[in-house]
Amino acid sequence: MSEIKLLGKKPTRHGFGEGLVMLGERYDNVIVLGGDITGSVMTSYFKERFPERFFSIGVAEQNATTIAAGFALSGKIAFFASYSAFSAFRNADQLRISVAYNDINVKIGGGHAGITVGPDGATHQALEEIAFVRTLPNMTLVVPCDYLEAKKATIAIGEKFGPCFIRFGRSAVPMFTTDETPFEIGKANELRDGKDVAIVACGLMVWEALLAAEELSKKGINARVINNSSIKPIDVETLVNAARDCGCIVTAEEHQVHGGLGGAVAEVTAKNYPVPIEFVGVRDKFGCSGEPEELMVKFGLTWKEIYASALKAIERRDKGFRGLRQVKDVEDYKE
Amino acid sequence: MALEITFSDKTFENKKRNPEEFSEIALEIRRDIIKSLYLAKSGHSGGTLGTSDIFSVLFFGGVMKYNPNDPEWKERDRFVLSAGHLCPVLYSTLARAGYFSTEELYRLRKYGSRLQGHPGYDMKLPGIESSTGSLGQGVSIAVGMAMSDKLVDKNNRKIFALTGDGEIEEGTVWEAAMAAANYKLDNFCWILDNNDCQIDGRVRDVMSIYPIAQKFEAFGFDVINIDGHNYSEIIKAFEKFKSNHESKIGKPTAIIARTIMGKGVSFMEDNYIWHGNPPNEEQAKIALHDLK
Repeated sequence: MSEIKLLGKKPTRHGFGEGLVMLGERYDNVIVLGGDITGSVMTSYFKERFPERFFSIGVAEQNATTIAAGFALSGKIAFFASYSAFSAFRNADQLRISVAYNDINVKIGGGHAGITVGPDGATHQALEEIAFVRTLPNMTLVVPCDYLEAKKATIAIGEKFGPCFIRFGRSAVPMFTTDETPFEIGKANELRDGKDVAIVACGLMVWEALLAAEELSKKGINARVINNSSIKPIDVETLVNAARDCGCIVTAEEHQVHGGLGGAVAEVTAKNYPVPIEFVGVRDKFGCSGEPEELMVKFGLTWKEIYASALKAIERRDKGFRGLRQVKDVEDYKE
Repeated sequence: MALEITFSDKTFENKKRNPEEFSEIALEIRRDIIKSLYLAKSGHSGGTLGTSDIFSVLFFGGVMKYNPNDPEWKERDRFVLSAGHLCPVLYSTLARAGYFSTEELYRLRKYGSRLQGHPGYDMKLPGIESSTGSLGQGVSIAVGMAMSDKLVDKNNRKIFALTGDGEIEEGTVWEAAMAAANYKLDNFCWILDNNDCQIDGRVRDVMSIYPIAQKFEAFGFDVINIDGHNYSEIIKAFEKFKSNHESKIGKPTAIIARTIMGKGVSFMEDNYIWHGNPPNEEQAKIALHDLK
């Protein structure tokens, strides 16, 4: 990796918490609701700084979501954050009707998302919410790749009108974006140029994608790496260009392979420029307890799966992907 | 003879009234409900007729502060219809208050109409404060509005929400009750339409939510039990809420209104089959004959 360097490790949730404080400083009408776990999802920073604009709702995610709607309907920019397992699913109906249908300034933080919440186990490892949240009309969905991008994304959703959801994680993950790295809702960011295969990733899988690209380059394969943190709205142009230039794609996400980033990329390319896609993610399974690194290996969420998938995608492209290879894939899939 | 439907363009003032003055208003609203539901060929007759007296006092008895010519007026009191399916009574009330023309009542539930089957905030119908219809959500939204007013903006607005009694089978309403009491929302008034009817039958048979008053008291509400068709009692209940608000009692208010589903239409009264059905032509004729 020429320009991109590992700058240390920090959880994305810290970026969220710090971004909220910055929003609070900029705008008097930002309020935050707590769902008991404020120290985990880092709304505690805002609580300490602006106690008069922080309200504890208790362990009641449905109520917090609709109360946030009430605040938004009273001219506030209302944030509520909990674990993504609860702030995207426990309150699904509230998100759909009171937030998305009303089309108002409610911002939801989905923390401790994905397999890397670790020892808490399957109940707390949200792996399906990208699929749900991105189907809601009016909704914006961002999945930042590192601490600094999480901070930028938090500020961006606060400043954008309408319902937004930001997904972030618990564990410390590589930091590699800088103040100069662009972030814009609706835009994907090309981190590495290449024309042999495009790797489209979000969240902590962006770093794994960069590692995979580095390994691929040793084989003479130049992979394009795209940080697709804006899941909705999605950057059609960048994705279609990637499909056209590379002819095959690998998607990588800390989420089920169904309906998430991979699904979104497949929708865009199938409509505009169909190419073979390999999907790296959790394969229709619930998680389990373990350390984040162990679980990433167990559930196939490392650069190695991205590397192997890239080779497979290239092979499918070169052989013509309408052949038998696809049927074999279905067999692979059943494991 | 075919039934011909017309809506008058009569509007009513919002002012203090003697109890007997509300019957004319409630009658007009009930006639609107029958006519609009008959034209819509679907919708909820029972609860809308049953709450017409409450709506008459709330909107035309000087209880709420609002301005139909300036629906977004910053000082207005707000009403959230948590029982979104009762929107025909709210639509009629808002039209009769002058928020929009009664002409729109012809097109309830029709394609292209702002009068959606359940209130849609996206329609920008003046007087509608939120989308509602998924039961239990509206009252919690109202709690959020009351928190915003009392704890952030520190203004003097009042927030009202109306739920059904079947609706309080939804667990989230109790989360809303918990938060309203926790934040001492004395600017918040919860009106409960207790007609003991829901789609499948008597509320007590489908899933008993009784005793109601004790539950709200235990949560920390000032509870007022009234006959929801007795104008003097309705007026008094809202006056009590106003004084709770003005004296900063530190508690939310719950008005539990015992009502009769389908009130005013002989064959609909207290019969749960009218929860979610409109009258056909013959039934509408009888209903409009009853409502004279």
